Amino acid sequence: MRKYVPKDNVQGKSYYTDRFWVAPRVPRSEVEEGSHFADVVKALGKKAKESYIEIDTLVVHIDAKKNLEIMTILKEKCGYTQCSEQSAVDYLAQDGEFELFYQLLNIAEAKRVRVVCRLKKGEAIESITSLYKSANFAEREMYDMFGIYVNNHPFLKRILMPDDWEGYPLLKTYPLHGDEFASWYEVDKIFGKEYRDVIGPENRDPARIDRYDTKRFSRVGYEVPFGADISEGEKEQAIEYSSELLVDYNKNAGKQLDERK
Amino acid sequence: MAQHQVNYASAAGLPIALTSVDKLVNWGRSNSLWPLTYGLACCAIEMMASGASRYDFDRMGTIFRASPRQADVMILAGTLSKKHAEFARRLYDQMTEPKWVISMGSCANTGGMFNTYATVQGVDRIVPVDIYLPGCAPRPETLQYALMMLQKKIRRESANMNNNTKQNLRLV
Repeated sequence: MRKYVPKDNVQGKSYYTDRFWVAPRVPRSEVEEGSHFADVVKALGKKAKESYIEIDTLVVHIDAKKNLEIMTILKEKCGYTQCSEQSAVDYLAQDGEFELFYQLLNIAEAKRVRVVCRLKKGEAIESITSLYKSANFAEREMYDMFGIYVNNHPFLKRILMPDDWEGYPLLKTYPLHGDEFASWYEVDKIFGKEYRDVIGPENRDPARIDRYDTKRFSRVGYEVPFGADISEGEKEQAIEYSSELLVDYNKNAGKQLDERK
Repeated sequence: MAQHQVNYASAAGLPIALTSVDKLVNWGRSNSLWPLTYGLACCAIEMMASGASRYDFDRMGTIFRASPRQADVMILAGTLSKKHAEFARRLYDQMTEPKWVISMGSCANTGGMFNTYATVQGVDRIVPVDIYLPGCAPRPETLQYALMMLQKKIRRESANMNNNTKQNLRLV
C-alpha cells in the first residue's frame, strides 16, 4: 500500500504531486516439471540464475554479459522467434543499476519469456539485432531514454529526442518539466541564446490566478482600478442592487417552513 | 462580406466604386486567406473537417495550400514538440508577407496537458500569433469563427504591414 498523503490542496496546484502508485506484487510460481517452460530452463542450464513464472510468462534472470548467447539458445533451440519489446528500468537510486528486459514470444507454442538482467551505470550491453531485427529501434530508444550504450548496434543514434539533445529523459533523476537545456531548447535553436531575455522563461502554470494582479484579473464585488496596488488588501465594495426594479413574483408563494419536511 | 458589395446606384448609376487602397487591398487579402496544409496532432483532424465539404472552408475563400510560398495563414493545429519547433518556425519563415498565425487548441496555446520537457509551452514562443483558439480540440465551427475574426482583423489593419502594431511583436 502506498503511504497516505493529505490531498487537501491538490486543486491549488497545477499538477498532481502524489507519489507514483506502487503496483502490488504479482504472485510468482515455480516452473512445473514436464511443462514447456521446464524445457526452456533446462536448455539454458546454469546460465539462468533464477527462473519463475509470473502471469503465464517465464521470467529468467541472466548475467548481462551472456545476453546474446542466451538469446541465441532461446531463438534457435526453444522457438522464441520474436522479440516484442526490449527496454530498461531505472533502479539507480534503489540498487545503483539498471534492469534490462527482453520480451520474447514463441508463436508455435503461444508462450512468452521475459529475460531480465542487471546492468551497472556506465556499462554497455551487447546488441541482439543480429538475432532480432525488432531490437534495432528498441535498443536505440533505450539509448535515447536511459543513455545505455549498446555494443555492435548498426546505427546507435537517438530515435525520439533531437540528435543534439542533452540528458536522458526517462531517468528518474530527470525533471518532468525538463532541465535548463530542455526549457530553452527551442529558443536557443531557433533564435539563439541572446533571445532568452526577449522571449522569457516558460509559463508552466498558465491557469494560475494571481490575486494581486489587477491588470489581468478582476474581483467581482471587490473591484479596484486597473493596475492598482492591492498587496495591502483591497477595499470591500459590496454589489448593490436597486430593490425597486426587482419584482418579487413569488410574494405570496414564498413561505418558510418551520421544520424540515 | 456584404459590406464589400459595390452599390452601383450610389454612384449615380455609374459602374464606379470609390474606395481607399487600404480597403481594396484588405478586401482582397481577407477574402482569400490561404492556410498552409500543416497538421501537428489531433486538432489537425478538426482542421481537415473544416476544410471538407460539410463545413466547407472554400466558400470563405479559404483554400489549403501545400506550399508555404503560396500560403498566407499558418494554422498551428496541435501539440508542438520541441524537436519540431525548429521546422515549424522554418515553415513560417518561408511564407511570404503578409502572413498570419492561428494557434489552434490548448496544446498550441499553452502546451495544454503536455506540461513536460518535450513540448513547447505555447507556440507564441516561436512565432507571433494573431488568434488563439481555445478547445481540445476546437470544433470546426470554432476554426471557422477564428478565420472570420482574422478576416475582421485584416480589414481593420493598414494594407502596409509596416504600419501595423503586430510588426513590432515580430521576434526576428
